[in-house]
Amino acid sequence: MSVKVQVEDFDAGAEIARLRLSDPGIGAVACFIGQVRDVNDGAPVGTLTLEHYPGMTEKALVAIIDQARTRWNFHDALIIHRIGTLQPKDQIVLVAVAGSHRGECFAACEFIMDYLKTEAPFWKKELTPTGERWVDARESDDAARKRWESEL
Amino acid sequence: MSRPVRILYFARLRETLGASAEEAALPDEVMDIAGLMWWLAARGGVWQEEFDGCRQIRAAVNQELVQNAAFVNAGDEVAFFPPVTGG
Repeated sequence: MSVKVQVEDFDAGAEIARLRLSDPGIGAVACFIGQVRDVNDGAPVGTLTLEHYPGMTEKALVAIIDQARTRWNFHDALIIHRIGTLQPKDQIVLVAVAGSHRGECFAACEFIMDYLKTEAPFWKKELTPTGERWVDARESDDAARKRWESEL
Repeated sequence: MSRPVRILYFARLRETLGASAEEAALPDEVMDIAGLMWWLAARGGVWQEEFDGCRQIRAAVNQELVQNAAFVNAGDEVAFFPPVTGG
């Protein structure tokens, strides 16, 4: 398992290759990349600044992967999340899950993202033409996470 | 006897309260997160606006998300923040 919170950009191809090649029993890798959009809630976005809770963030991400492991069999998982000030089209987050077959990898990857969105202590602040604003949490993100609770 | 705790504030709270961290001595009657929020709201002004229960605030004790009924013990690291928006 690998969890990284970093200012620097990441090379998704290299990260996925490292995960994929770590075990010859791996037959599938599912991954998600989130990137900065140039528009949100009807306003153009100039920059996006990500704040986090050092110490808790890393623990929360490890706990999310551990929770995914109790539900699906997979070989390994990776989360990289950036912090600091980003521009539109910059990568924000990479989640990758490697396992024997695609089904468990797809499900675990989506589960990890849904929990990351609602439980990992990151906060986004946008710069728009009218000034800075904190991004509000979305009810749809809560709903996405709750869906997994009902599937227990 | 009062209990020493460290309180951290993040994101919007850090900005509106003008504080990222403080050492506080909690009186005996402040038992849990809900009680601590009332205690902070009693400071008035922006503290009241943030902690009077109208705004959604999440809490962590020793770096784990908790509900408002969670106890706060001497030496704990408590954090308050708005709902998270990463990813």
